[in-house]
Amino acid sequence: MTLSRRQALGLSAGAAAVLAFSPTFALSATDDTDAAIKAFTGGATPAEGTVSLDTPEIAENGNTVPVGVSVESPMTEDSFVESVLILADGNPNPAVATFHFTALSGIAEAKTRIRLAKTQNVIAVAKMNDGSTFIDRKEVKVTIGGCGG
Amino acid sequence: MATPKPRVKVPKKAAKGEVITIKTLISHPMESGQRKDKEGNLIPRQIINKFTCEFNGQLVFSCDMDPAVSANPYMQFSAKVNEPGTFKFTWVDDDGSVYETENKIAVE
Repeated sequence: MTLSRRQALGLSAGAAAVLAFSPTFALSATDDTDAAIKAFTGGATPAEGTVSLDTPEIAENGNTVPVGVSVESPMTEDSFVESVLILADGNPNPAVATFHFTALSGIAEAKTRIRLAKTQNVIAVAKMNDGSTFIDRKEVKVTIGGCGG
Repeated sequence: MATPKPRVKVPKKAAKGEVITIKTLISHPMESGQRKDKEGNLIPRQIINKFTCEFNGQLVFSCDMDPAVSANPYMQFSAKVNEPGTFKFTWVDDDGSVYETENKIAVE
């Protein structure tokens, strides 16, 4: 099959558009993120559910994006959430923060403010005291990035 | 850099066994190490990398922070109060400085 110049240009523009707009192709930092999740869970693939992220759909200012995380757990001495890892897969360095809870926390819930360089997924991974892990991810659209100088 | 000033909001009293919400804020630039100055040199990283909250000497909540936490780091979390006592909040800076503050709580 031979392509005319016009067809070839149209095809490559289409391919570029697909790359730019499909979240599965465009993110290159996901390898780092996957590695961080593996390191946190000890190689296990976390299950969906139990942990839930509370993020804005659109963040106007990437310098301070409010992020909340809560985990369903009785939070007793026998069964509690040990830690929750927060990641942002489009930042220069995906690690954001790690919360450590104890039975004295009462409920496993925390809120903070984070920096996001661009529109990306925010990921929360929770680890229970019995070793099971759970994951939640939410996309946050960022109008002005928060890592520039 | 001015000395970071911690601000903490804890209820003055709580019922026994009540789960209270604690809000903390500390003034700190949280320099990420990614920014450049006018000459194009990297500004070295200086952030608060650890925050802990203890109640009567027992750990309640702690957090390891990376440069992606915003300037003037804000933290909101919960604590279960079973007895009267003192909450102790500690922030650890990259340069080794430690900032502390304490809050008492009464139980009805």
